[in-house]
Amino acid sequence: MSNIPNSSFLIPNLKKEVYFIMIEVKDLTKYYVKNKALDHVSFSLKEGEILGFLGPNGAGKSTTMNIITGYLSSDSGSVKIDGIDILEEPKEAKKRIGYLPEQPPLYNDMTVQKYLEFMFKLKKVRLPMKEHINSICEQVKISDVKEKIIKHLSKGYRQRVGLAQALLGDPPVLILDEPTVGLDPIQIVEIRRLIRDLGKQHTVILSSHLLSEVQAVCDKILIINHGKIVADELTSSITQTGSSTVSLELIIEGRRQTVHSILQKVDGVIKVTDKGECERGCYEFRVDSRRDVRRLIFRAFAKTDFSILSMRPVEQSLEDIYLDIITGKSDTEEAS
Amino acid sequence: MSAIFKREFGSYFSSPVGYAVLAAYMFFSGIFFYVQCLFLGSSSMTMVFQQMFFIVLFVIPLITMRTFSEEKRQKTEQALLTAPVGVPSIVGAKFLSSLAMFALCLCSYLIEGIALSFMTQPDWSVIIGNVFAMAILGSSFIAMGLFISSLTESAIVAAIVSFVLNVLISIMDTISGTVSWDVLTGITNAISFQKKYNNFSLGLISLSDVVFFVSVTFIFLFLTDRVIERRRWA
Ligand SMILES: Nc1ncnc2c1ncn2[C@@H]1O[C@H](COP(=O)(O)OP(=O)(O)OP(=O)(O)O)[C@@H](O)[C@H]1O
Ligand SMILES: [Mg+2]
Repeated sequence: MSNIPNSSFLIPNLKKEVYFIMIEVKDLTKYYVKNKALDHVSFSLKEGEILGFLGPNGAGKSTTMNIITGYLSSDSGSVKIDGIDILEEPKEAKKRIGYLPEQPPLYNDMTVQKYLEFMFKLKKVRLPMKEHINSICEQVKISDVKEKIIKHLSKGYRQRVGLAQALLGDPPVLILDEPTVGLDPIQIVEIRRLIRDLGKQHTVILSSHLLSEVQAVCDKILIINHGKIVADELTSSITQTGSSTVSLELIIEGRRQTVHSILQKVDGVIKVTDKGECERGCYEFRVDSRRDVRRLIFRAFAKTDFSILSMRPVEQSLEDIYLDIITGKSDTEEAS
Repeated sequence: MSAIFKREFGSYFSSPVGYAVLAAYMFFSGIFFYVQCLFLGSSSMTMVFQQMFFIVLFVIPLITMRTFSEEKRQKTEQALLTAPVGVPSIVGAKFLSSLAMFALCLCSYLIEGIALSFMTQPDWSVIIGNVFAMAILGSSFIAMGLFISSLTESAIVAAIVSFVLNVLISIMDTISGTVSWDVLTGITNAISFQKKYNNFSLGLISLSDVVFFVSVTFIFLFLTDRVIERRRWA
């Protein structure tokens, strides 16, 4: 007990840094009866960052989000929002969160307007109610259905009303569980843009099955599988350092067998795959190597009559990395 | 808390449930009133109140059946529990809105009292005392109904279980009367709702009986709070 005041009283400067981290999740473990849904999940998010939460069905994304928002509790670990522990001061922490659960929490018998007014009061928002609700309805494009009863809304509109509800009160932290599910393509683009805009002032966590979505919207990406974090990186760096091998795609004019063996002999090359003839007398190859071998390949062919028609580094897509990571992990798990 | 109360109370009348409950209650109350006071010519409404006991058993499960089960089924519970509101406030708001709905039913006695006053001089102190007794009995049943509703996702199951529980607890002394075991009879007499309520309707309002119903109410509200808190740990 005596240690706790020390850390906050003796080092007042530390506080600023603590507050800069908006979401801090430490060592979350969660069992559903005997079934382990989360296994020591930890991460933290700074103000203004957008985190993409990826993982296959049943990975534990929704469970994590439910714990962060205080809906479920974990068996161990802690969650801090803006430095406030969700279990110690739940009301203060919850005021700072806007949450769109997997299934939007809508009262079917209310009109959209009445529902948003109810949520506004429930969240104890201190803003002018009419103007605030109107501006949010503009943002998510539901102004024209405000007087409709929620029961009669289509799935996409329900999703948007759910999003509107999360934005009420302009909370600094937004937790969005699959926010674009059920939306039409135009809306998807618009909502992604909205989330990106929101991300300038808010800290956002969103989950998704769509890698392209995460790639388009998020600064950071967290891949989770079987309740464990298997990759935690910046979206920009994961595509480069995600894998230790570099791949090239080449089109070479020449005798097929010889080209193959020349490529194979280049220092650093791990694997050469013949991808077949693409034009008359020209063959496509894929070369996996441990480092950049473009110059070595060029020199190797400069000595021969064969010519390199094209040489292109293949950037591993997030999709590949994702599949690599997910399938790789489950392989090792089955083996052990 | 007032936001939840208003939404909850409003929801009775955005579906047929509120109207059905009100209509059923007024219908039976009216029939008993007609038979006792108009047909048999009694100026006392005591019998009406005693007969309405069984209608209360059956009406209150309808009032409370959806309170928590429907929130769970529609997943709106997630909005309530992630809002900056404590579980006791949620339970309290739902209790008060159910009680308000029941109070609306109780208005039927006032109408009957007024009708009676055109013919004879009704004993208003008995009527007011009885309405109070019924309200306090109702709050115990409502608390039990909320508790049952918090245990299930199905409103129908909640209604049936609450109804069975209400009947059991009310006729417990009648059942145990057939068993000649003093301890059991003692216990069942102590918790029998009907015995206490009948004392009320005869105008015998004792403090210990009031305390009994108030305690039952608080115990079940507390249990409801526990159920909801615990489910987060499931
Ligand atoms: N209420 C519950 N009771 C028991 N097990 C549950 C419950 N909710 C989730 N689980 C289990 O916990 C694990 C994680 O589920 P979770 O819903 O968090 O996955 P998810 O990553 O959100 O999946 P999806 O992509 O399908 O939404 C799954 O194995 C699931 O079966
Ligand atoms: Mg999910």
